[in-house]
Amino acid sequence: MPGLEDLYREIILDHYRNPRNRGELEVPPAHRVEGFNPLCGDEIVVYLDVDAEGVVEDIRIGGQGCSISQSSASMMSAAVKGKTIDEVHELTKAFKAMMSIHESSLEGDDAEPEEFPDINLGDLEALRGVVRFPVRIKCATLSWNTLAQGLDEAASAAS
Amino acid sequence: MALTEPKRPTTGLLDVARIKADFPLLTDTVVNGYPIVYLDSASSSQKPQSVLSAMDDVYHHSYANVHRGVYGIAADATERYEAARAKIARFIGAPSTAGVVFTKNVTEAFNLVAYTWGRANLSAGDVVVLTEIEHHANLVPWLMLKHERDIELRFIPMAPDFTLDLSGLDQLLDGAKLLSVTAMSNVLGTLTPVRQLADAAHAAGALCMVDGAQYVPHLATNVIELGCDLFGFTGHKMLGPTGIGVLWGREELLNEMPAFLGGGEMIRDVRLDGWTPNDIPWKFEAGTPPIVEAIGLGAAVDYLEALGMDAVRRHEIALTTYALDTLTARFGDELIIQGPTDPAGRGGVLSFSYRDVHPHDISQVLDERGVCVRAGHHCAKPLMRVLGVGATARASLYVYNDEADIDAFADALEAAGEFFAL
Repeated sequence: MPGLEDLYREIILDHYRNPRNRGELEVPPAHRVEGFNPLCGDEIVVYLDVDAEGVVEDIRIGGQGCSISQSSASMMSAAVKGKTIDEVHELTKAFKAMMSIHESSLEGDDAEPEEFPDINLGDLEALRGVVRFPVRIKCATLSWNTLAQGLDEAASAAS
Repeated sequence: MALTEPKRPTTGLLDVARIKADFPLLTDTVVNGYPIVYLDSASSSQKPQSVLSAMDDVYHHSYANVHRGVYGIAADATERYEAARAKIARFIGAPSTAGVVFTKNVTEAFNLVAYTWGRANLSAGDVVVLTEIEHHANLVPWLMLKHERDIELRFIPMAPDFTLDLSGLDQLLDGAKLLSVTAMSNVLGTLTPVRQLADAAHAAGALCMVDGAQYVPHLATNVIELGCDLFGFTGHKMLGPTGIGVLWGREELLNEMPAFLGGGEMIRDVRLDGWTPNDIPWKFEAGTPPIVEAIGLGAAVDYLEALGMDAVRRHEIALTTYALDTLTARFGDELIIQGPTDPAGRGGVLSFSYRDVHPHDISQVLDERGVCVRAGHHCAKPLMRVLGVGATARASLYVYNDEADIDAFADALEAAGEFFAL
C-alpha cells in the first residue's frame, strides 16, 4: 500500500512503539496541560519545566492516542528539550507549515506561506506524509497545540 | 390530520443487491480500485435515489413556504409537508400528527425537552435518571441543567454483559421526575428494555423519555407500546436527509410544555405586549421549517415501509450473526467486541478493539481499501471510561450491507494487523 507507507514511515512507528519522554513531572514547579483532538480519540498531557531564562528544561508526555499523535508528541518532546521558548515557537511554526497550516493563510490564498529554511525538523520530517491525509493533520498537531498552550500558561503564570 | 392505512410490508430477508442499486453513492464510489464498503450508518446513513428525487422534485415543481400561502404551489408544498408528518406519525405508531414535532435533529429534540419541560419542572434537588451508556445528546443538556439549577443526576450502570444493570433501578427512580434512556446504544448496540423502564418510571411518578436515534431506523417502532412519554429520533440515520429530526410526545404533555423557540408559525396571536401559542405540534416549530428535508424524510419512510421493518430487523440479525461469527473465526482473542454477543439483544452496531492498533490507524488502513468505519469515542466519553478504553473503532450495519461487505471489512482488518505487526 504505497499511500500508507508515505504516512507511516519507520521512524513514526518507532516513536509510536518506543515513545520518548513518557511520564510525569511534579506540578508545581512544572506546568501540566491537557489537549483533546477534535478528531476524537486522542488525548495528551504535557508536563513542562521552563527555567527562569525561558528554556524548556524538561518535558514529559502522557495520554493515549493513535500512532500519528503519539509519534508526533514523542518527536516533539525530543526536539524541544533544551530549547528556548522563542525557538520552540519557531519550530512549532515550521512544523505546522509542513502540515500546511500557515498563520498567514487565514487572509486568503494570495498570502505567501512563510518559509523556514534555517529550521532543522530532524525526525519530524517523517510526518511530512500526513499532509496527504488531511483528516490526520489534527492528530499530528495535537501535541504542538497543547505545548503552545502550556507555554502560554507558563509564561503568564511567571509574569 | 387523520392517518391512512399503513402499506403492506414485504416478507423475507432483504435483496441487498437490489437495494444497493438504489443508493447512487454506493454504486458510484470506488476507492483505490475497491468498491466502497460503507459501515458507518450508525453515524449517518446513505440516501436512496427516491429520497433525493423527492427533495429535488419539491424544489423543481412545488416549492413555496408552508402554512403561509393561498396560491397553488404553496398549498401543494404545505400538503406534502404535512403528509410527511402523517407518514412519520404512522411509522412510529403515534395516535395522531399533533404529537409529532419536527426539529433539526434528535440532539435538538432533547435540548427542546430540557429547555421547556426541564426549566418548567425541575429545580434544585430534583432528580433526573440517565444511564452510563448515553450519547452526549442525552447527557449534556441535563449536565447543563445541573450546572444551572443544581438538579441531581443519577445513572443506571452498565452490567459486565453490556446490558443495563437494573438491580438498583427502584432506588435510582425513587423521587425522580424523569428517566431518559437510549433504546439502542450507539456504541454497544445493546437494546434496552424500554417498556420495563417506562413502566418503572411511571410507577415511581416519573416521566420517561427515550433516545430512538439508533432504534427507529432498524426496528419496527411503536411509541405507545414502548410506553414512553417523549421519544426522539433523527432523519439522517434512517435514509433521510440531514437537518430533520422528530420529537414525539404525548399530546397532554406537549400541551403543558412551554414553547421552545419564539417567532413566526408557533404563535396564534402577537401584539406588542404579548403573544399566544399555536396548537401543537406547530407551537414547537418556530420559523420556516426544514420543508424539503421533512418531505425527504417522508420519502425515506416510504422506502423503509416498502422493505418492511420486520424484514429490516431480520436482515440485521442475520448479518450481525455473520459478522460476529466471521470476526471471531478470523481474529479470535485479538479482536474484542464491546457489546452483547447475542444478536437478538442488539442491533448491528459493532464497536471493537483490535490488538493495540489505535482506531484512527485501523480506520486509515481500512480506508485504503474503501472500507468506512468510525473511530473515536462516538459521543459517549463516559461510556468509553466505563469500558476502560480511550476510543474504539466501530462498524455499523444497515439495509445496504451484506456478507460481502463483512468479508471485505475482515480482509481489510487483517491487512491493518499485518501493517502494524510488531
